[in-house]
Amino acid sequence: METRIIDQQLGVLRDKILLLGGATEAAVTRAMDSLINRDSELAKRVLDEDTIINQMELDIDRMSIEILALQQPAAHDLRFVISVAKITPVLERIADHASNIAESVLVLNSQPEVRQFVEFRLMSTTASEMLQAALDAFTAEDSQVSREVIKRDKEIDENYKKVFNQLIEMMIDDPSTTTSAAHLLFVAKHLERIGDYVKDICELNVYLREAVFIKHGSRT
Amino acid sequence: MSKISVTDLNFYYGKAQALYNISIEIPEREVVAFIGPSGCGKSTFLRTLNRMNDTIPLTRAEGKVLIDGEDIYRPNTDVVKLRRRVGMVFQKSNPFPKSIFENVAYGIRINRIHSDKADLNGRVEKALRDAALWEEVKDRLQSSAFGLSGGQQQRLCIARALAVQPEVVLMDEPASALDPSATQKIEELVVQLKQQYTIVIVTHNMQQAARVSDRTAFFMLGKLIEYNPTQKMFTNPDEQLTEDYITGRFG
Repeated sequence: METRIIDQQLGVLRDKILLLGGATEAAVTRAMDSLINRDSELAKRVLDEDTIINQMELDIDRMSIEILALQQPAAHDLRFVISVAKITPVLERIADHASNIAESVLVLNSQPEVRQFVEFRLMSTTASEMLQAALDAFTAEDSQVSREVIKRDKEIDENYKKVFNQLIEMMIDDPSTTTSAAHLLFVAKHLERIGDYVKDICELNVYLREAVFIKHGSRT
Repeated sequence: MSKISVTDLNFYYGKAQALYNISIEIPEREVVAFIGPSGCGKSTFLRTLNRMNDTIPLTRAEGKVLIDGEDIYRPNTDVVKLRRRVGMVFQKSNPFPKSIFENVAYGIRINRIHSDKADLNGRVEKALRDAALWEEVKDRLQSSAFGLSGGQQQRLCIARALAVQPEVVLMDEPASALDPSATQKIEELVVQLKQQYTIVIVTHNMQQAARVSDRTAFFMLGKLIEYNPTQKMFTNPDEQLTEDYITGRFG
């Protein structure tokens, strides 16, 4: 089978989104590590590297549009470019949430340490695992795994509710923790949103593989 | 009921079989595009729909081609009448060496469709309007058709086909010799014409098939590989062969 011009470009596009995925994954992990270890330097690194992620997004946008305009892809090629173009801003937003967490970490580290909750770590671990699995499933075009990852979003939502209640209780019990607790509430909300975004990626993985939209309960 | 219904059609040029067991349903007032590599049989198949292949010696068709439920290969079929019902536009525009008016009036006259001169004029105007050519030629109807541009000549041929009030219009690569702007006009015309006619278009231009047709049929080596709604065909075809063809993996 002869090599098509588009194959080389699709290969580059794939590399670019995988690099973006890797950078986003690292941002989320580092942001949570910086929270758990009260590591402000690491939090600053997450903030600094967000501009690189933004550039990656622009680069992928440009390339996707170029392929659509010049190569006029069809069938699987088309679904691939569309999926990449739709997953890219989702990854960038996940990285934004990681940055927001890092910003909260900088405030939290300027305050006395407060109790950390098991559910926080659970949320963080689940979000990271989901993101990693979603990106692996994108690479493998595995819609089965993607559907399983989508189900895991509930775990994050449940832990979010627990963390939320625990933080409210903490604020009531000890009003001196209010600033920290408020920031931890933000962190929890960011993690919960990351779970939602990973779900979006998985839905696009299913589209890439099966050409069906499963979001909003659609089956077509 | 489909406008055109083909069942197990086999077609031969002498001993060489060109089409194998083609079955397809073409709904009324839709645009159906035939795509496939050169020599795949798409034009041959198109020409079986108004028995245009009859003009080639030693050809033979087996199977059923029904138009409005009527088998057009029945021995007593009036082929001239059939071709009036199922008009055709070719790749290369082929106006008669006559005036613009006469090119369109010709079919109306020989088929005696008109009642009087005013009716004839009205029919010519309608056909030219339907072919989106009227505004460009209304002031020079008596000029030679050869003075028109390639795109205009092709629309004149479409007007000529429409003048005899066909039900189906077959188009064999109608825009392949035209520049992008003339091509765009033909494509817009095809989309407009489907309000009144059933249109079958053979094209090598995949994007053209995607733009104008409701359904697409992919042929290869004389076989119908896939026939699906165009949207499905170009986003998620059922057959790997179709995917390979429309994504340029083979030509």
